[in-house]
Amino acid sequence: MTPAGSAHPAEGLRGEDLRLRYDGADVVRGIDLRIRPGAVTAIVGANGCGKSTLLRGLARQLVPHAGSVTLDGADVRRLPSRELARRVGLLPQQPSAPEGIGVADLVSRGRYPHHGFLGGWDATDSAAVAAALEETGVSELASASVDQLSGGQRQRVWIALALAQEPEILLLDEPTTFLDLAHQLEVLDLLARLNRVRGTTVAMVLHDLGLAARYADDLVVLKEGRILAAGAPGEVLDAELVADAFGLDALVIPDPVTGTPLVVPRGTASGLG
Amino acid sequence: MTALAAVRDARRRRLRRTSAVIGAVGVLALLLVLASLSLGRPTLGPGTVLRAIAGSGDAAAGFIVVDLRLPRVVAAVLVGAAFGLAGAVFQAVLRNPLASPDIVGVTQGASAAAVVAVLSLGLVGVPVSLAALVGGVVVAAISLALAGRSGTAGSRFVLIGIAVAFLTNAVIGFLLTRADIRAAQGALVWLVGSLSSLPWDQLAPAAIAIAILAAGIGFLSPRLRVLQLGPELASGLGIRVGRTRLLLLAFAIALVGVGTALAGPIAFVALAAPPIARALVSDAGAALAGSALVGAAELVGADLVAQNALPDAQLPAGVVTGILGAPVLLLLLARRARSEAVTA
Repeated sequence: MTPAGSAHPAEGLRGEDLRLRYDGADVVRGIDLRIRPGAVTAIVGANGCGKSTLLRGLARQLVPHAGSVTLDGADVRRLPSRELARRVGLLPQQPSAPEGIGVADLVSRGRYPHHGFLGGWDATDSAAVAAALEETGVSELASASVDQLSGGQRQRVWIALALAQEPEILLLDEPTTFLDLAHQLEVLDLLARLNRVRGTTVAMVLHDLGLAARYADDLVVLKEGRILAAGAPGEVLDAELVADAFGLDALVIPDPVTGTPLVVPRGTASGLG
Repeated sequence: MTALAAVRDARRRRLRRTSAVIGAVGVLALLLVLASLSLGRPTLGPGTVLRAIAGSGDAAAGFIVVDLRLPRVVAAVLVGAAFGLAGAVFQAVLRNPLASPDIVGVTQGASAAAVVAVLSLGLVGVPVSLAALVGGVVVAAISLALAGRSGTAGSRFVLIGIAVAFLTNAVIGFLLTRADIRAAQGALVWLVGSLSSLPWDQLAPAAIAIAILAAGIGFLSPRLRVLQLGPELASGLGIRVGRTRLLLLAFAIALVGVGTALAGPIAFVALAAPPIARALVSDAGAALAGSALVGAAELVGADLVAQNALPDAQLPAGVVTGILGAPVLLLLLARRARSEAVTA
């Protein structure tokens, strides 16, 4: 566990010449990427650019056919599964809860990697689950059934599960999908707060460029399985990049609220506007 | 209420509910066992039965209870528990309430092998049971192999299992229609599933095998709770998904193989016991212990009815499990649908 506010001398999670196949197709075609410890990284790109596949590769859900993923210099394939799970958490895009499960029960299952060979629940586990429920603002719902929650509440419960896992690095695949704008902001604010307060490294796939630019310290733009650009959103995001990555003719202006780049579409680059 | 108190409270209530259901179903199963030992010809009082088990009653009652009735009841408990537990594992691992060993071909494979053993090879007794065990395991292995690398994931394995089940059923039908009518009758009795009185030296190895398999499943049950969250999350939480699923399914398949070898393909227990247990516990766990106990109670109860319902004949237990189990399952599902409609 990384205490809040500590320095991050460690390397963190790194992909080196990472190549991943999905259903037999080359989806990630040689990516060098470091998820900077303590930062919020957003991975963006057009549909099918390989951003979800990249995230799953970083989480060891896919075995690279070339290249490697390392955590503090050690190949993740050599790490015991539970040790990796104590350090790197993954929230998939559309997790499905078992029918009738209670919120506290669901979040409690995030404690699995902290249990020994024979399991065994103790006070540390209860405290971690309680803290996760509090930080995500769902402690009032502890005894509710997940089936009865709204989309926004449900997403916060899933994030609580990932927090109960207490990973140093939290990977999220489109955590805002199917949420309305207010709830999208609520989830991203929550993640920003976790990053600030707990010091959790956050790396997420997002589809909204404006929100990615607003919340990320590091922006990674993919195109056809390769990195097109990476860096601070204010430095890398411009009209040329948007045209190249998304085929979109857009104006990039400073966001009047935050000053981060705001993408205002004119039309597709092929010429609607 | 603080978050910590709420977490503790939710956990305590869940565990209390689970143990209450396990206790209640356990008591019900015990009562059914006692009833099975008492009823019949002659009907003995509960006191006589308990004295006979303790070995302090008269010799005639001791013979009836311990040598004639007890092995049959023990077989019902073992087979019912094995089927209930195996069904719960199947449904939780494959995340599909229709996934049950008697739907996806394990039971059919055991039956086909037993029918071949009876009709084509002229075997009787233990060799038929062993053939059934091997048949069930082999057919399950074929289904798993056909399902391929991603095979244990959800509906693909279920669909392949259903196809394989139809294929083995065709084999059974073919053999039965070509067989001599009396031999076919014998095979049919086996196919319906019944608990004949088995000698202790056949029950003991089966009991040991079932206990070992159940212990293996119990050891993996914390992983099963995480697997229920789906493969991606489970893998992110440190579970080796493919390996764990395969191991759990293998244990469940072996349980069904042993159970079928003892009693034949008794219908409905593996499919119905888990949803009944889950509805009682109203928990999102796999309800492993509950399913095993519901399965045991279901089969002991079914055999009790099968033995005593008709004055002049005994029915095979397999005929009764469906007749008794289906209404219970339907009632529980209807009640749950109504409570969901109220809370929604």
